[in-house]
Amino acid sequence: MCGIVGLFLKDKSLEPQLGSMLSQMLISLSDRGPDSAGIAIYGAPSKNEAKITIQSAKPERDFRGLEAELAKAIGTPVTITVKSTHAVVRAKPAKIDEAREAIQTLRPDIRIMGVGDVVEIYKEVGLPEAVVDRFDVRSMTGTHGIGHTRMATESAVTTMGAHPFSTGADQCLVHNGSLSNHNNVRRELIREGMTFETENDTEVAAAYLSSQMAHGKNLGEALEGTLSDLDGFFTFVVGTKNGFGVVRDPIACKPAVMAETDQYVAFGSEYRALTKLPGIDNARVWEPEPATVYFWEH
Amino acid sequence: MPATKLSETVVHDQASRVFDLDQMSLRELNQALHNLAAGSNETAWEVLNPKGNHSVAVGVDQPITIDVRGSVGYYCGGMNSGSAITVHGSAGPGVGENMMSGSITVKGDASQYAGATGKGGLLVIEGNASSRCGISMKGIDIVVHGNIGHMSAFMAQSGNLVVLGDAGDALGDSIYEARLFVRGKVDSLGADCIAKEMRPEHLELLQGLLDRAGVTGVKAAEFKRYGSARTLYNFNIDNADAY
Repeated sequence: MCGIVGLFLKDKSLEPQLGSMLSQMLISLSDRGPDSAGIAIYGAPSKNEAKITIQSAKPERDFRGLEAELAKAIGTPVTITVKSTHAVVRAKPAKIDEAREAIQTLRPDIRIMGVGDVVEIYKEVGLPEAVVDRFDVRSMTGTHGIGHTRMATESAVTTMGAHPFSTGADQCLVHNGSLSNHNNVRRELIREGMTFETENDTEVAAAYLSSQMAHGKNLGEALEGTLSDLDGFFTFVVGTKNGFGVVRDPIACKPAVMAETDQYVAFGSEYRALTKLPGIDNARVWEPEPATVYFWEH
Repeated sequence: MPATKLSETVVHDQASRVFDLDQMSLRELNQALHNLAAGSNETAWEVLNPKGNHSVAVGVDQPITIDVRGSVGYYCGGMNSGSAITVHGSAGPGVGENMMSGSITVKGDASQYAGATGKGGLLVIEGNASSRCGISMKGIDIVVHGNIGHMSAFMAQSGNLVVLGDAGDALGDSIYEARLFVRGKVDSLGADCIAKEMRPEHLELLQGLLDRAGVTGVKAAEFKRYGSARTLYNFNIDNADAY
């Protein structure tokens, strides 16, 4: 099973509610996947800072003193905001790659959830409501976001096996389904220089899209490539810094429904996830076609 | 007396019952439907705020009408036996799955495998149906005003599937004896499914289905008929290499 949601706002007045809207959507699909849940939120861009979302199984040990040590290591101020097992590191955009490397040297047990100008990613083992509460997702603001509640099939139930997966700056992906050629594709991507944190099939899909976009394809073209290069069952919902995309495999047995109004584009594994959105009764609601790419950009 | 008891007593005396799923649980609705005895005078039911819930009005076995005001999730009206259900909205996957008799009308669209394995009754989709519509149908009649998706009527055994619009890829793959009538284009036919001659008895049958489904302004002669070439019924030794 698994449940996935996505929300792309067109109306800026809804941005303060993005976290609460997306949380409600995800919680409504809790019975599609009780193992773990995660959410990626694209917040307001800032010229002065980029972000790294980090995670630790021992946050008290790993996050203590990290701000000062990291600032010293990269020679520029950083701020760290801790939220339970996760923390968001903010530094000058030009220093963000250096900060990432320094974190891994200073605290080898810390895992990088995602890096980018705007994205923050939170994921943990547990039900969507517990994950949303733990990271106070409802209070988050932003332009778009995606979420996932997992019923594990292809790899272990761990924090790192939860979705979304992020393999490129401000890029992330959630997946309902299972891929059958992920080992081959992973080997090819490793040869290209991509790195992987897990044995998970979905991480391969995320890395595939990152690789395609690194080669100059736009989100739509990269999603188109999944139809020929990835084998298996999938409905993907993908976020980029300013975009939001959806694609289903040609067999399309993983459910999907979308809604669009003047205010937003929304995706849910089921209509249940959309029923509390504003103006849903008059929204255009449709089932995305198999093997068809949908994407929107700001 | 607790308030809930009182309202039950009051409602019980009425011939029509309204269930608001914002106020009551789905289980209460379905249990009340299952508790109906033959000959009950509670023949008109209305369900409010379905909001994509699964299994709304599943397993009803009395000849009542049920109006569902909104969109439903998986398996609405599954196993229906004799009731007339109208969904004033769209339906999720598996609407009318394994229907035995009666009717289900969906005013909007239907998701995957509408009418799957249905043995009888009439399923009308006034919008579009999605993939695998009528998969493994066993006697149900399905009328879709719009289009249907790929792999529809896969392994269909008997019954009739009528499509006023277009059909997706692999229509009627591995079909047995169901009859498929499509007015628009068919993207492709599945294995062993072929176009067939429309004889007078088919035109008559089709016209009857259109009438029962409330379709007007459309003539039976505008449809093409598809069905089984019956070449997969027995193993053909020439195909041995394929296995």
